[in-house]
This record gives sequence, structure tokens and C-alpha cells, in this order.
Amino acid sequence: MPRLQMGSKKPGQKPKKQFVKPSAIGDRKPISTKTMLKNRDAQLKEFVSLELKGRRKSAKDPKVGNENQDNPLPTSLRAKNDTSSGRPPVPKEKLLKHSRGEGIDASNIKVGLLKKKIKKREKLIDYSTEQAARLELFLPEDSGFLETDDGEVSRQFTQAQIASSLDITSATKQFELDLQFGPYRSNYTRNGRFLVLGGKRGHLAAMDWVTKKLMCEINVMEEIVDVRWLHVETMFAAAQKEWVHIYDNQGIELHCLKQLHKVLCMEFLPYHFLLATASEQGWLKWLDISIGKIISQFNTRMSRLNLMVQNPYNAVLCLGHSQGTVSMWSPNMKEPLAKMLCHRSPLLGLSVDRTGQYMITSAADKTMKTWDLRMMSGPLTEYHLHAHANNLAFSEKGLVGLSMGNIVEVYKDPCRNQVDKAYLRHKSNSTIRSLQFCPYEDVLAVGHSKGFSSILVPGSGEPNFDALEANPYQTKSQRQEREVKSLLEKIQPELITLDPSTITQVDTPSLKDKVEARKNLLFLKPPKFDFEPRRRAKWRAGTAQVAKTKKIIREDNVRKFVQTKQQLTREENKSKATVNEPKDVLDRFRPKKRR
Amino acid sequence: MKVKVISRNPDEYLRETKRDIHKVQRNYDPDLHPLEAPREYARALNSVKLERMFAKPFVGNLDGHRDGVSCLAKDPKNLSILASGACDGEIRLWNLPVRSCIRSFQAHDGFVRGLTYTPNGQNLISLGDDKTIKFWGLEEDQEDPLNTILSKTVVSSISHQRGETRFATSGEICQLWEHTRNEPIRSYQWGVDSLHHIAFNQIETHLLAACASDRSIILYDTRETGPVRKTVMKLRANCLSWNPMEAFMFTVANEDYNLYSFDVRKMKSPVNVHMDHVAAVVYVDHSPTGKEFVSGSYDKTVRIYESHKGHSRDVYHTKRMQRLTVVSWSLDNKYIMSGSDEMNIRVWKAQASEKLGVMKPREKAAMNYHEALKAKFAQHPQIKRIARHRHVPKHVFNAQQEQRVMREKAKRKEGNVRKHSKKGSVPFVPERKKHIIKEHE
Repeated sequence: MPRLQMGSKKPGQKPKKQFVKPSAIGDRKPISTKTMLKNRDAQLKEFVSLELKGRRKSAKDPKVGNENQDNPLPTSLRAKNDTSSGRPPVPKEKLLKHSRGEGIDASNIKVGLLKKKIKKREKLIDYSTEQAARLELFLPEDSGFLETDDGEVSRQFTQAQIASSLDITSATKQFELDLQFGPYRSNYTRNGRFLVLGGKRGHLAAMDWVTKKLMCEINVMEEIVDVRWLHVETMFAAAQKEWVHIYDNQGIELHCLKQLHKVLCMEFLPYHFLLATASEQGWLKWLDISIGKIISQFNTRMSRLNLMVQNPYNAVLCLGHSQGTVSMWSPNMKEPLAKMLCHRSPLLGLSVDRTGQYMITSAADKTMKTWDLRMMSGPLTEYHLHAHANNLAFSEKGLVGLSMGNIVEVYKDPCRNQVDKAYLRHKSNSTIRSLQFCPYEDVLAVGHSKGFSSILVPGSGEPNFDALEANPYQTKSQRQEREVKSLLEKIQPELITLDPSTITQVDTPSLKDKVEARKNLLFLKPPKFDFEPRRRAKWRAGTAQVAKTKKIIREDNVRKFVQTKQQLTREENKSKATVNEPKDVLDRFRPKKRR
Repeated sequence: MKVKVISRNPDEYLRETKRDIHKVQRNYDPDLHPLEAPREYARALNSVKLERMFAKPFVGNLDGHRDGVSCLAKDPKNLSILASGACDGEIRLWNLPVRSCIRSFQAHDGFVRGLTYTPNGQNLISLGDDKTIKFWGLEEDQEDPLNTILSKTVVSSISHQRGETRFATSGEICQLWEHTRNEPIRSYQWGVDSLHHIAFNQIETHLLAACASDRSIILYDTRETGPVRKTVMKLRANCLSWNPMEAFMFTVANEDYNLYSFDVRKMKSPVNVHMDHVAAVVYVDHSPTGKEFVSGSYDKTVRIYESHKGHSRDVYHTKRMQRLTVVSWSLDNKYIMSGSDEMNIRVWKAQASEKLGVMKPREKAAMNYHEALKAKFAQHPQIKRIARHRHVPKHVFNAQQEQRVMREKAKRKEGNVRKHSKKGSVPFVPERKKHIIKEHE
């Protein structure tokens, strides 16, 4: 190959000549320089012509491309592989997943040092993103799946069939509890290891559902409306007929919270240590369980609140109402942060996925809709069901479970595309009261009138947990340490907003703030003035004199105030006039305005 | 049908024996870590609070002198040794790690005015009010000075040239000495006033600067016969310290409560004015990185400044510490030594909340993480407030209030004068130019 020759021989010769000692060149100066120049020109010519030839050839002739065909990698990656590190590049979509947004563009910055600093920081951020993405290769577990053969559909398989084709440990995750104090509501801890059951007729049970070890079982002899684990598996809250009670894992009543009255729904916000409750009379209350104080409470004026979920992305509460609306609440505002009209009939089910991107609602008109929660838009997709969907639940991997009477259906990714058939179907023996997917497991908890059943939904759970967030295998000491750490990192309730990253953004006044500021300026009232009369000699200190002075000063104040205000309004109008005036060619002949 | 559900083998997630550390599996998927920003903010808030909680800068106290400490000298070759001279003419050598006096001897009659090590760290040169310059050996048994030079004029300060055997003294005139000679090899004079502090540049080793009592700062070059440049300020400079990293920068401690950083190439005005002291600043010393310097003042506080910032980063004080006479930044950039009127030398940490001693890698990583968080949220009002807050003694606090009122008054008055005079007749003078009278070349 001519190219090879170029690369090896001739450039090798050239530097040799260049590095000849100056004294040696000096001996035969005229000849050597001339020849050198000549040689160089010749080389350059040859090089250029060869380069062009080579390129043309590769462009035209497919043979050149075929030479390297035994290498399986695409060309773009191959180049990187050949470089020093020897690590395979990370796929772009994975980088995108771990990226925290576009960085700062340093090209516009004039100051050299700052530019350098920013570039360095951007480089570090890119590096950390790449490292995080690269670590995905080493995650030990894969998510579950259900693959069908020809002529089969996944929803035809019953739980018994699925369990029979699994290993024994996985099969034990599918079980049925026959209980008589139903209907039941259930809740998993954040690590998915523990389960608490609350039967409407007073039955409370907490257990490690994986090992099936019962921690406590009591009957409170009162109606139980909702149950919720607190930040650790040693405490849970139960909303009973009148008040909310807190029990420990031995079933001992720790607290009776009489401030939380007639509660219908509870949510626990783990990073804020808040127990949020919605009551029959329309009260929303947030109880900080680390200090035992209610940090915010108000009446929503939305009548009975029997449907509440939290948005795990920003810890905002979503309430579903009988008018078909969904309203979102933070403890800092007595008005809803947002309101969405989702259906024309009462809402029955509501669920938000863990990324805070999708919301799914179902209503009494037998429809189910999915919404984009970040854009507050939608519906993305709309489903007409053959019955009321009373319960909805999102899984970690985006599967949606819904219950209609005694039937559970699971849909695969119904938000991004219109799905026509269910992924799985399960028939329970009584009416279903609650649904929840188990975190970090392929399990769906179904609480119904005659007990509780745990069913297998392959591919619903996140296979790889992060032990610093939630660890299913945590020991007692780890739990204790975690508790202290998370208490130290408790987020203040003031930071609950629709966009959780607000705190890292630059605080710029919004248009609304600007308008408000202008309004304040224009509709300003003259300030109250505080007049303390000077002490004077007795003959001048009469009240009439004081009143006179006071009047003079007040009038003077008002006059000054009016003047400044007029000036401000004039300036305001002037700037407005200059902007809004239409320009015309003939305007130049108009008499000039006086300023 | 092929089906698989998540089933983990517990052995892979649990430690094998009780002696093992716990296994911690990580997954950096952002969806598993919600509310990132507010959680980081909470952490930053905690770490800035912890920083203030752990800010206990006082390390120890070296007592033994029977009169006020007048000068300190750092051993260039040995981090653990410090030399100090007192107002009664005594010199003491200290072992810093054990905080004990190794050796003490009566060196002069009257004050020890200056003290310095030779660059090889083998000798100590001292000068006193008795007009003598004495060379001392550092072995235990050497009681008497190796050499004593009797100066013809009063000497008040000494500085050794780096890498040479020459040193300079100031007094009535600036004199340059050679180790082996008993007469100055050169002397410089500009005006008649006396010089009270002198310092050699550590990079451009021929450059020399002195503070004179006619309120001026004079630059010398040892290769030339006369002084090079002189800047006169409104009040006199007490002490001068060259930046050990930037050859052209030095900082002076001034009688008017401020410190001024100068660029040698542009002596018409200082590059920066460092405020915050509430009494005359007596001494200044740069950190070996050149990024910070420490100053001691007559208001009984030590302040640490970042070289390019106008206000102090930290302030150190104790109930018992009296007016400062001398401060010094250790050569490992970790400690600050301060000598004061009440006969004690105090050792402080340079970073008030720094943990001393060896750190384990996890600890170090956690520390770095918290530093990064603090930097990220440094501008948030709450975090800024906590990080900035310092408790100062009552007399300093009151003096600050008083001086603020005075400054505001002056400003208001100037504004009023400007308002009622012809346009342009009362110009705006920047703070940097206010304190300089003129520059001579």
C-alpha cells in the first residue's frame, strides 16, 4: 500500500534532517537548505496527491470499506476504543438518564480565569455523569419478565400457573390470606420488606411478608380507615374511626393523635418526616413526626377528601375530588398549587408514578386517563373500561394496576402509548379495597373484603436497590444509623414546591412579581406620619397650636407624596408611550411633542 | 411461557461474618434518589452549622517569657521549632508539638528587636536595643554568642536574604550586612526619619522593602546604591510582609486600622484595602501559599484575610489575650502563632474547624463532599449568614458600631458637600486612593 509507505518511511526521514546540529548545517548552507526545501515540496505534493487518491478511492470503491469489516464495532466507537483508556463508551441514552441537564456554555464568558474554572467544573460533572452511567453495567440483578410462546397471551396465565413455573422462593411470594375483618388496606415499608394490614373491622397486623414472620396482630375494636408505615419499620400509623393512632411493631399504642380527626386518607412523606392526612370535613393536615407538631393545617373547602396520593417526585399531595378535579397541595399555601379538571364525573382512583412525570386517574364514568404531570397537560391516553376502576397503582417500572370489582388488571406502560389489552389479569374472590406494588419486588398487594392476596407481576419492580436509600436486607444497626442520618437530612416543609429543584435556581422575579411591584408603586397610599409636637413654652403649647402644626405637616407630606407619585406615573407612561406608539412614514411631519 | 421475577440471593447482600463490614449496594439511577436539590440543601445547612460548631481554633499556649513577646522567628528547616524574643532581652526556643521551652538565654539588654534564622537553619541572628547584632548557635551547650557586631546606629528590625549570607537591618538607616564582616557592606538613606520594619522579598531576593516613620514605604534593590521608590501614606505603616508566591505583591499593616496590598509595579495606590480591625494593625504575615495572610492588632484580635478580599475570613480572640505584638503563619500552612503583650505565645489553627491528625479515606471523602456542598450553596442567605457569623468581644463590637457611624457620617457629609457645590468640584475618590499621599521615584 502506498499509504503505509507514507506513514512509515518519509516522515521518519524528515525530522532526522531537521535535528542536524546548526554548525553542521553551516558548513554547507546553500546546498542543504535548497535541497531540503525541494525535498519537502516533493514530499508535500506526494502526500497531498496520495491523500486525495485515498479518499476518492474510499468514497467510490466499496472494497476499502470491506477491509475492516471483521471488526464488529461501529466506526465511531472504534476510534475511541483505540485510544489510551481502552474502556467501552457509555451509550448515549444512559448518559442522558444520569445527566442533570445541560451545563454552562463557557464560550460566551470573557474573563479567562472564570472560563477556565467553569470548563473544569463542567468536565468534572461530565465525568461523574459518565461514571454513574458506567456503573449500570455492574448492577447485579435483572428485572423480571413474562415471555409468551406463539398463540399465548400473557393475560391468560393465572397466578397458580405463574407460580408453578418459578423457583420455590419466588413462588412463596404469591400467597393468599383469608381474613374475616375486611375489607383490608395494606401498606409496604419503603424497602418493601414489611407489610401492615388494616381491616375495616379493627384488625391490625404487621409482618415481615418475605419470611412470613408476624410482628404483631391486634384488634383495635374500632373501624380502621387507613394504615401507613412511618419512616422505620418499628412504627406505623392507623387512621381509626375518630383519631389517628400510632403503634409500634409490637402492637403497643404509642400515641393517640386527637388533632387528626376523622381521617380518611394518610400519606407519609419520608424525606420530610411528614404524615399528611385528609379528613372527612375537608381538612388537610401535615404532622411532623420527628417533633410531634402539626406544621400546617387548613380546610381545603372541597368537602369530603377520600382520595389522596403523594407525588414522590416533589412530595406534593394530589387530591381527587367528586367534581372530577385533581388538586395539588403543599403545606405552605392555603390554595392549591394546581388544579386539573380530569373527568366530568367523580374521581375514583388516582396514582402518580415515581418519576413524577405521569398521573393516572379513573372516574365514575368508567374511563381512565393518563396525564403529563410536569407539563400539567393531557390526557396523554384515554381508556374506556367496562367497569369502575376503584383503585389504581403505579409500579416502579411504570406498570399500572387497576381493580374493577373483584378483578385486578395490570397494564404495561399505558401512558406513553395506547394499550388495548391488559398485561396480566387476576380474579380475586371478593371486592378489592386497595392495591399497592411492592417496592423492589415483582409483587402486587391486593387488599379485599375477605382478606389479602399477594400476586406476582413479573417486570413490575426495580431489581437493583440503593442501600443508602432503602435496603431490604438492612440489619438493626443499619436501620438505627439510617434513622439518625435521615433525621439529620430532614427537608424543611417550606421546600415543598411543584419543581423541587427551585432551591438551586437563580432567584429572578417572575412577571407576576414585577406586575405586583408596579401595582404597589402606582396604588401607593401616603404613609402614616407620626407627629410628636415639640415641647414649647407654656404660652405656645396650646392644643390649637399643636393641631395647626400637625395639619401643616400632614398637608406638606401629602403634597410631597403626590408629587413623587405623579412623577413616577409620568415616567411610567412615557416609557409605555415610546414603546407602544405605532410608527409611520408620515409621522415625521407631525408637530414634535414636548417632553 | 418463560417467566422470571426478581429473586435475590440474600448471601450476596449480607455480610458473611459479623467481623465483615456491611455490604452496601448502590444504584445511581436518579429516579431512586428523589428530591435531590432540597436534600443537598439540608446537608449543606448541616455541614455549615457543624463547621461553626467545630470551630475551635485555639490549640495551645506557650508561657515562660517574663515580659511581652516582641518578635518570633520560624525555623526554615524544622517545623517543630519556634524562636521568640521578649522585651526583657530574653530569647527562648520552643518545641511546638510538646509545647515546651527547649532553651532560654539572656541575649540583650533591653528589647530583643529582631530575630531571624539563617536560611540553612543553623544559626539565629538577633538584634536588640543595645545596638548589637548577635549570632547564636543552636546547640544546647553554646551559651555565648558566636559573634557580636556592634552597630553604629540604632537597629530595629532584621530580615535575611534568601539563599545568601547577607541580611539587612533597619534603624536610622537601612544597612546591608554580610555574615563574615563586622561592618555593613552597604547602607541606604532616604530622608532623615527612622525605619522600623524591613523585609526581603523571598522570590526576587534582591528586593527589599521598609516601613519608615515618616509614613512612607521605601523599596530598595541590593544591587543598586540607592533606594528605588517611596510611597507616602496618610498614616504610618507598622509592618510589611511580601507575598511568598507572587513576587510583586506585598501587604502592609497600617496604623489607620487597615491593611493594604501593594503591587510593586504600581505603587501609586494599593491593589486592595483590607478592613475590619478596629485598632492599629501591628503585624502581618503571609501564609506560605500566598493566598492568605494573618494580622495582629492593637484591638486584641488576630484576623485572617484572603489576599484578594477586602474583609477578613476569620477572627481569633480570647479573654486573656492582650494587645498583639507579633503574628506568624507556620510553614506547613496549618498553624498561626501569635505573641502578645501579656507574655504568652498562642498557637492557633489556620482553619478554625479543621480536624487535626490523620484522616481515614472515608472521612476525607466525606469532608470533601461537605466542602463541595458548602461551596455549591454558599450564596444562599441562610447558609451565608451562618458561615459569616463570628462572635467578637464586646469592645470590638462596640468599636465596630462606632466606626460604622463615623464612616457613614463622613460619607453623608461628603455627599452633602457634593450636592451643594459646583458640579465636578468634589470628585469621587475611590477608597484605595484615599490613603496615599504621593509617590517618589
